[in-house]
Amino acid sequence: MTRIVDSKLIQDAVKDLLTKANTCLRPDILFGLKLARKKETSEKAKYCLDVVIKNASIAKKKMLAICQDTGMAIVYLKVGQSLAIKGDLKSSVAKGVALAYKEGYFRSSVVSDPLIRKNTNTNLPPIIYTDIVPGNKINIKVVAKGFGCENVSKIRMFKPTDSVSNIEEFIVDTVREAGSRPCPPVYIGIGIGGTLDKAVSLSKEAIFRPLGKSNKYKHIAKLEKSVLKKVNRLKIGPVGVRGNTTALGVSVLTYPTHIAGLPVAVNISCHATRTAELTI
Amino acid sequence: MRKIFLPLTRDIIKTLKQGEVVLLSGAVLTARDAAHKRLTDTLKAGKRIPVSLKGETIYYTGPTPAKIGGVIGSCGPTTSARMDLFTPLLLKHGLIGMIGKGERSKEVNLSIKKHKAVYFITIGGAGAYLSEKVKSAEVIAYKDLGPEAIYRLTVENFPAIVGTL
Repeated sequence: MTRIVDSKLIQDAVKDLLTKANTCLRPDILFGLKLARKKETSEKAKYCLDVVIKNASIAKKKMLAICQDTGMAIVYLKVGQSLAIKGDLKSSVAKGVALAYKEGYFRSSVVSDPLIRKNTNTNLPPIIYTDIVPGNKINIKVVAKGFGCENVSKIRMFKPTDSVSNIEEFIVDTVREAGSRPCPPVYIGIGIGGTLDKAVSLSKEAIFRPLGKSNKYKHIAKLEKSVLKKVNRLKIGPVGVRGNTTALGVSVLTYPTHIAGLPVAVNISCHATRTAELTI
Repeated sequence: MRKIFLPLTRDIIKTLKQGEVVLLSGAVLTARDAAHKRLTDTLKAGKRIPVSLKGETIYYTGPTPAKIGGVIGSCGPTTSARMDLFTPLLLKHGLIGMIGKGERSKEVNLSIKKHKAVYFITIGGAGAYLSEKVKSAEVIAYKDLGPEAIYRLTVENFPAIVGTL
């Protein structure tokens, strides 16, 4: 049965989700940081994690941005095909983004043209992805990702005959090269398969998975575990001060691909991984 | 943790040890990508820049706006490597300290040594925590750059790890 939803409801949801993502650290990430704190032996690594954990509680208490880089807002909409939206969907999403950033005192980090580079002062436009799904509900997911970790993310088009260890090596090299720039300990989202764009998209979606959960396919879960172990052997550590935790977790998503290819995307997400979601 | 008072001097820098965690108190300037570009373009054109860099410490940050009654918003460090291209010229013009996150290029590390300057690393992603260490904030140049404007901040017990000396 068709259900009618006012776009104002979507606007409010986008605003609330971005406010929450930017000020309240995900419980699974906070738990991961506390676990990492227990595993550290060096005083400096412990100190850095203590500050990061304290930062989350200050941000929550004061409703202050966890990180000053409140990102370019990405909004994923899964719209039920039996849902009718009253009003304009995309402009409502944009309005929700603008209100979240203005009222939350978040940073306007978007420039209107990538070459001329003039700040829009509203953090608009957002990046909106829409998908049509069965049902009469709408699922909204948001990401506020800083560019310190976005800038060190990568994609490589492997040959279909390349091995799993080639893929692992690429991921580990990407984390090594990133060093302390992406604010470790990081959460690593990996997309394998599809096309160039699909692999990147999967790697972005991967960080929504709660930390500590594994992929449902055994061979992929094994890959996640192996990569995490290898990455932590790099000993980059929290903030880059050397230590046992360079990554909090690895989340891989896969998709069927072409006989001639094997795209692999690595989306590095900082210790302040900020996402939120809601279904209306 | 040892307390270090700003402005830095070469005598103070001499006492620092790589990897040491210190608490900084005093005045710093902020500047990130857009301000760095404008400062160096101005210097290269032989014109005067709106701030003196002599003996200054630059903190690479672009804070979130202050809430009503607040001093500053969230203000953690941004990636220092993006400033690498501009740093040697600023060091030549008197810059003595930098605070940011992440590694610097070989060239910048050499330039830091040559000028007997120092690069500190602070805790990335801890913008809310670090905002409590900022006691005053005022835009002093390039206001049109918004979050990328040059601010004068007064910090107290601001945590920093000695990177390059």
